[in-house]
Amino acid sequence: MAILIDETTPVIVQGFTGRIGTFHAEEMLAYGTNVVGGVTPGKGGGTHMDLPVFNTVKGAVRETGAEASIIFVPPPFAADAIMEAADAGIKYCTCITDGIPAQDMMRVKRYMRRYRSDLKMRLTGPNCAGTISPGRAMLGIMPGQIYTQGRVGVVGRSGTLGYEAASQMQAHGIGISTSVGIGGDPINGSSFKDILMLFEEDPDTDAVVMIGEIGGPQEAEAAEWAREHMKKPLMAYVAGLSAPKGKKMGHAGAIVQAFGESAQEKVEIIREAGHTIIPNPSAFGETVEAVLSGRKAAA
Amino acid sequence: MDIHEYQAKELLAKQGIRLPRGALAYSPEQAAYRASEIGGTAWVVKAQIHSGARGKAGGIILCRSEKEVEDAADKLLGARLVTHQTGERGKLVSRLYIEETVQIDREIYLGFVLDRKEERIMIVASGSGGMEIEEIAENEPDSIVRQVVDPGVGMLPFQARELAFGLGLDGALIGKACQAIMGSYRVFRDHDAAMLEINPLVVSHDEIYALDCKMSFDENAVFRRPEIMELRDKSQEDPRETFASDRGLSYVGLEGNIGCIINGAGLAMATLDMIKIAGGEPANFLDIGGGASPERVAKSFRAVLQDRKVEVILVNIFAGINRCDWVAEGVVKALEEVGVGVPLVVRLSGTKVEEGRAILKERAPSVIVADTLKDAAEKAVAARKGAESTVAAQ
Repeated sequence: MAILIDETTPVIVQGFTGRIGTFHAEEMLAYGTNVVGGVTPGKGGGTHMDLPVFNTVKGAVRETGAEASIIFVPPPFAADAIMEAADAGIKYCTCITDGIPAQDMMRVKRYMRRYRSDLKMRLTGPNCAGTISPGRAMLGIMPGQIYTQGRVGVVGRSGTLGYEAASQMQAHGIGISTSVGIGGDPINGSSFKDILMLFEEDPDTDAVVMIGEIGGPQEAEAAEWAREHMKKPLMAYVAGLSAPKGKKMGHAGAIVQAFGESAQEKVEIIREAGHTIIPNPSAFGETVEAVLSGRKAAA
Repeated sequence: MDIHEYQAKELLAKQGIRLPRGALAYSPEQAAYRASEIGGTAWVVKAQIHSGARGKAGGIILCRSEKEVEDAADKLLGARLVTHQTGERGKLVSRLYIEETVQIDREIYLGFVLDRKEERIMIVASGSGGMEIEEIAENEPDSIVRQVVDPGVGMLPFQARELAFGLGLDGALIGKACQAIMGSYRVFRDHDAAMLEINPLVVSHDEIYALDCKMSFDENAVFRRPEIMELRDKSQEDPRETFASDRGLSYVGLEGNIGCIINGAGLAMATLDMIKIAGGEPANFLDIGGGASPERVAKSFRAVLQDRKVEVILVNIFAGINRCDWVAEGVVKALEEVGVGVPLVVRLSGTKVEEGRAILKERAPSVIVADTLKDAAEKAVAARKGAESTVAAQ
């Protein structure tokens, strides 16, 4: 079992009938994802791509037994779509939408606390590429062919930098159990630590690559947690060495505002916590290969 | 998105926060006239630029006559002020705020931020106002009091009282401070601010005044805040960034000379890192977004070439859903349309990479093709050095 999704997970698409939702639903189906329908308010009762369309997420869950959802709803309405999924009993949701106001995300996080932990939806994103368990299922917008099935977990903020890492690993013959995008926003559904906890428990994951960037406390928090609680090796890269303080580097969350938020400081914190640093973004493949072969030699 | 002090103060005034009397001026004569309108015997002439630490940069001048106001305005208008937040080019002063002086009995720091650890609005206050919050945190950490707002109910009056008492205020000042704190909170919440800083908030004759105010806004929320969009002052932005953002590109100007065009924010940051590791300095961050269509590639070349310092351009595109052959077509088209007069290094990866490289080789033979991220950065640095030595040889 990978984490979060596999080939059996029934998936719905929120924002199903729009151009972007349609395009990626086709890609996900072609990859083998168990897409069972979608939601577009006002278009319920019809079909789209031979799959049922529902007006509400609750309706979709009732009729299809959907457990996971992917959101392509535009920014002004995306926070509402996330909360609708949480209330409908969706277990795992990834929100692709970029541009959700921070105060909307605050309300989302507050709203999700109303559910008991065993009934609480897990959210990744927003502003991410989604999640893929290679060879099994894809809940996202990534190019599936650059991922090889295997036993290394990947968690990162950025889409294309994650692709860069995946294709370097593929070139080195290294496979991935699951790759999770947590997104580039300042307030996100799951932190690095949340995802590391899942990988640590997953019997199909042997090691984890964390792809961080400037801004916020999450890389440091994850590194500290992993020092105490993680037995599997953790390798990390932090992007943004040349980012000036106070400037937003593309992602809403990629901004150095406080001590400990620059790439240099994060690298230092992660190194001090005893984890492997991937020294540059061309070294994902070779670093992971070296760590895995070191482990094999030790065993 | 940042706004000026006088604009932030207008927002505060609407929520009942007391401010010294002041008015805007665009010329020295107008500044003197404003001073006479305000009345009194002393004024401060404050340069309106998007930066803190204006005082240290000479942007705030205390005057004791209308003549002094006029002279101060004459000195400031048209000048470029350099602070540690503006970069070496500084920011142009084209508006002044003329304000009455207020006797300062006590200075307080009051700040509102989106705290990323709490994932909520946090209020930070200190009885040691006047200094920047970083200095307060270093020198007087015990003076700092904090409150975190539950977004389910909003800020509660008792939280404002705890802050006011925590600042050591008493008597009638408690109620007045609470009004100022709650009012500022409403400004922050109702306009989707990202940061609001009143420094200092002062006690003067049993009243509380906001003497200076800095505000910035969540760019993801301006679509629903047209009143804030109207406050945008493009003259305070880096013109390279304005050109790009008006064309839907995410661009940050940097100090180096290797221009960059990349898809995805993370990959863009990583490419900049690789250039630095290879011994070069990037001129910019530019994320052209997911599509990388020929039109967007052409726009990106124009944006990067706005910067006269650019001596080499590095294009790094990971074509996922997209295809490298289409991106290569885009680069060829952009070269034909834009006319790039500097060496160009292109690294393509992902779907149909061989076809993409073949197109570049055939139709844009001057392009330096790179295989990996490392290779691309090294070739860009080498191409710049090559350009340098050519110039030196002439």
